[in-house]
Amino acid sequence: MDRSSVLLDVRGLQTAFHTEAGAWLAVDGVDLTVGRGEILGLVGESGSGKSVTGFSLLGLIDPPGEVVGGSVLFDGMDLRGLDEARLRTLRGNRIAMIFQDPLMTLNPVLKVGEQMAEAIYTHDPAAGRAEIRERCVRALAQVGIPSPQSRLDNYPHEFSGGMRQRVAIAIAMLNNPDLIIADEPTTALDVTIQAQILFEMQKLCAEQNTALIWITHDLGVIAELADKVAVMYAGRIVEYGSVEEVLSHPIHPYTKGLLDSMPGQAAAGSRLSQIDGMAPTLTGRETGCPFRPRCPRRADACGRLAPDITQRGERQFRCHFPLLEEAA
Amino acid sequence: MSARPHTETPDAGQRSGAASAAPAVITLKGLTKHFSSKPDLAQRLLSLAGRPAAPATVHAVNGVDLDIERGEVLGLVGESGCGKSTLGRMVAGLIKPTRGNVLFNGQDTAGLRGSQLRDYTLGVQMIFQDPQASLNPKQKVQQILAEALRVHQLAPRAQISSRVEHALREVGLDPEYGKRLPHQISGGQRQRIGIARALMVQPRFLVCDEPVAALDVSIQAQVINLFMDLRDRHGFTYLFISHDLGVVRHISDRVAIMYLGKVVEIAPTRQIYEHAAHPYTQALLAEMPHVQRRKRAFIPIKGEIPSPLAPPPGCTFHPRCPHAMDICRRQTPELRRIAPGHEAACHLHQS
Repeated sequence: MDRSSVLLDVRGLQTAFHTEAGAWLAVDGVDLTVGRGEILGLVGESGSGKSVTGFSLLGLIDPPGEVVGGSVLFDGMDLRGLDEARLRTLRGNRIAMIFQDPLMTLNPVLKVGEQMAEAIYTHDPAAGRAEIRERCVRALAQVGIPSPQSRLDNYPHEFSGGMRQRVAIAIAMLNNPDLIIADEPTTALDVTIQAQILFEMQKLCAEQNTALIWITHDLGVIAELADKVAVMYAGRIVEYGSVEEVLSHPIHPYTKGLLDSMPGQAAAGSRLSQIDGMAPTLTGRETGCPFRPRCPRRADACGRLAPDITQRGERQFRCHFPLLEEAA
Repeated sequence: MSARPHTETPDAGQRSGAASAAPAVITLKGLTKHFSSKPDLAQRLLSLAGRPAAPATVHAVNGVDLDIERGEVLGLVGESGCGKSTLGRMVAGLIKPTRGNVLFNGQDTAGLRGSQLRDYTLGVQMIFQDPQASLNPKQKVQQILAEALRVHQLAPRAQISSRVEHALREVGLDPEYGKRLPHQISGGQRQRIGIARALMVQPRFLVCDEPVAALDVSIQAQVINLFMDLRDRHGFTYLFISHDLGVVRHISDRVAIMYLGKVVEIAPTRQIYEHAAHPYTQALLAEMPHVQRRKRAFIPIKGEIPSPLAPPPGCTFHPRCPHAMDICRRQTPELRRIAPGHEAACHLHQS
């Protein structure tokens, strides 16, 4: 990728959780690059560290968690070197976050209009009342909320789940951020509502050249929405590349296993191909490749050494025995 | 006296539901469930003053007729709030219908007494979405599994532990799991415990309410395979409730689509996925994320499922329907046969 088009460049990100028994790395050396206006899907199962990665980028990790290593370059600035006050001027302004549960973002005792206004005047104290109101109305209309004028005076509980998530997205989009990090924002929603929200996100990102990191466990959503995909397992990105290449020709056995285990890949009524066992817990990771106990291609080498990143053009993967013949 | 033997085997002819002489395992007749809120203080005062206000009533399930044949898997699909879980709970006998009947092997379950009632309550078991919420956190797995056998005296005391082990093996768990507490078990394995508990009483019919919705993709495949294995082994009949059209297509013989308390379309699985007749089914299918599609331009249907407190007149889907006509606003369409085994409730198909 051309240097000038890189918006976010993460190198060797490590986030640890401190316990009485020691520190455990939930994120263990994550590298990510996101271009301007690009949509990256960050995929993984529960416990893979995908959400912790998203939170770490924004410095939103609370004790006992701590970002312990790596760099997060956003538009040339190292976010890890910034103090809390500087970070606050970025969050909600140039980088926004959307959470799975919109009630995490919305204050239940404030009208939606007041919360949206707050997001504007915090970053733009010179904005006048009328201008703020107008921008809020426009933002709500943009995400497809009917009669936005009157909805500004409603409280969050007066919105349905799908509408609430739209409000959260509208707040994220208010200051035309360069980057939005969305953590499973449609997981709790019905498919028809999910399609509506994906439609709005796709449109907004294209119109405003906003980059998007979409964290999810749903490969189907990634296939239809994203440009690039990063697959996480046990705190590491095990495969990265364009959606087309990764989903059509997976190189890592875990990616392939995930794709094969989705219903719809196999004939109806036949047995689904399953990945046996389950993902290791944070404290139960052994040396070597963390996927080894579940991997159909495992060999002795996998137990000795965790695989490093192999680069092939734009694609990256961590595997001693990659599915290269099949991918070629 | 302990165990009722499994006599049924799945039979292709019966599964299609075409011409079986035996009554369906479950028959629903005009099944309806309304939930009303208790009047609050203001409403009670008003009614004392002689001006009673009608209590807010949710029409959760609104007149559903359905046959579930022996050995078939009926998928029940709908968005949140459509009443699919309420329907499942009525089939399992957990809540009583406001109107209408649930027939088990041709007999009205409301009139069952004694051993017949026990046949029904034990023969129809339910598996819940969140196994955590349905397992007592203070009991070990073996106590949880043994409870139904003890309460209903289905097995002599000496046999209970071997029955527990058998059930654990059947769902693919090491019998060692019996000594654990629910919180010591991961989500996917916990769902297996939920299934093992249902198996303890040797049911014939399983109502599965979103059993894989909370599981990761790789674990989901394991549990779906388990459901299919159990069906092959025991000839179970399933009512499989889910919002996930991919999962339902994989496991079901027939699919029923629910919208706002009513079944709007029902057909054999292939027919539904290849020739959906109802605009709502078509919309659901179009919007199901699919891993083989790339960079789609999403063109969603508008609006949301309306409040069941105040359903729209006529066809309840008309405010969102791209084909809505004048008649749709006035008249509720009936569920009618449009092809063999294929019924739909839509004015487009009733001329």
